[in-house]
Amino acid sequence: MTEEQPAGMTRRTVLKAAGATLGAGAFAAAIAPLTQWKPAESVDEFLRRHYKELTPAELTEICRRVEADAKKTHGIDVHVAAPQPTPGVKFGYALNLSICVGCRRCAEACHRENNHDRATHNSYIRVFEMDNGTLDLAHGDATYDHPVPAKGKYYMPVQCHHCDNAPCTKVCPVEATWKEQDGIVVVDYNWCIGCRYCEAACPYHARRFNWKKPEVPASEINPDQGYLSNRVRPQGVMEKCTFCLHRTREGRLPACLEACPTGARVFGDLADPQSEIRWVLANKRVFILKEDLGTRPTFFYFFDK
Amino acid sequence: MSPGITVLMLAAAVVGVVGIAAVADDHQPVTTTVTERGQPHPVEIRRHPAPRVRTGAVDHACLPATIACSTCHAVRTPDPSNKVGSDLDQFHQGLQFQHGSNTCLSCHDPGSYDHLRRSDGQRLAFEDSIELCSQCHGPQRRDYDNGAHGGMNGYWDLQRGGRVRNTCIDCHDPHVPKYQGAIPMPHARDRFQQGASHD
Repeated sequence: MTEEQPAGMTRRTVLKAAGATLGAGAFAAAIAPLTQWKPAESVDEFLRRHYKELTPAELTEICRRVEADAKKTHGIDVHVAAPQPTPGVKFGYALNLSICVGCRRCAEACHRENNHDRATHNSYIRVFEMDNGTLDLAHGDATYDHPVPAKGKYYMPVQCHHCDNAPCTKVCPVEATWKEQDGIVVVDYNWCIGCRYCEAACPYHARRFNWKKPEVPASEINPDQGYLSNRVRPQGVMEKCTFCLHRTREGRLPACLEACPTGARVFGDLADPQSEIRWVLANKRVFILKEDLGTRPTFFYFFDK
Repeated sequence: MSPGITVLMLAAAVVGVVGIAAVADDHQPVTTTVTERGQPHPVEIRRHPAPRVRTGAVDHACLPATIACSTCHAVRTPDPSNKVGSDLDQFHQGLQFQHGSNTCLSCHDPGSYDHLRRSDGQRLAFEDSIELCSQCHGPQRRDYDNGAHGGMNGYWDLQRGGRVRNTCIDCHDPHVPKYQGAIPMPHARDRFQQGASHD
């Protein structure tokens, strides 16, 4: 025996309507952030192939696109290049702990050269103040803020060691980071998915993550940019020291070396027996950091005496 | 007394009256070219000319009037026993000096105070002061010659460009050569560098 229902309005219809309304509301709330979304990169940029699969012509076109994006976003003219490794050149870096005074000018130069986020004052170089006679970075202080050099202390700048056996490149699930022919470990910012495995894998704590989009005032953006190095990074990707490849692949010295007032930094071609760095390796007391991990860095530390 | 000497005495008197024997440092260093290992591009070493002494007076263009060291020293007899500024009864008394057991004449040429003098007696231009320092600081000079001491700018690859290098006195005051220290640049303010500790 069924009860008489009002025409056209069953309980089922009411429930369906209520459900549909709720569902639509939830969906609208869920996609609300998308209404705020402005593409940080063009569709072409998003859909492009892996850096290593690009032809020279495509790479050139992409660089022009990044330049156009900078013009549109910041209203400035930048020059984006993708310099390639020089065959036969293998970069190496050595740092003299005897004369480093801990002034952090290298970190500051890195900050400016590489268009780092101004608010966090990010840099690829971290300078540890260490007690004389110790080598335990866990007890180093990277936040010292007093005249340097302080009595009883020495200073140890740490940045990417561009390891020959780099653990960071092995853990990347999408091959967005790799070691180039000239020894520089690079990141394809457009291929990186931001999982931060590489950050965890690096025993030198050399990688940085862009939690938000780096903010640099247009007037302070360094217009001399490399596609794999200091172009302004998107949000959510890893970044790291690139030995300033936009400079060094053109034969110039890296920014951190030029900023060093003491000459504690020695940069050059490990494959050239006449280079300064080879002289250091042959004549100084040289060591590498965390040698026991087998990472085989191409960044060396040395002492004068 | 010849007119020239009178002028010198007058200039010395001006310095004495004003009581300033400060060394003017507003002269731009001149760089010179030194080729290294036969490379196509030069490695330049910064060169600093002989200092000028401020008199405290101004010239016709309202710029500080400066005089050469020899303006005063030509008419004074060198005293090899002087070691530090406080030994002097006139001028340079405030000069700080902490450079081993050297005396003034270890480096300055008593025959011409506009020059330096090597230990073998050879006269040396102020611009070439690196040669003077190298007499004692051999290991530093060795490192310098091998690119492992002293700041520089330019190209690592001398096939593609040149380089400009600091000279000794860009960082070391010849009278107090110990590096005087610096205020560090700010550190990053990421979550690992807030000053927090894991301990």
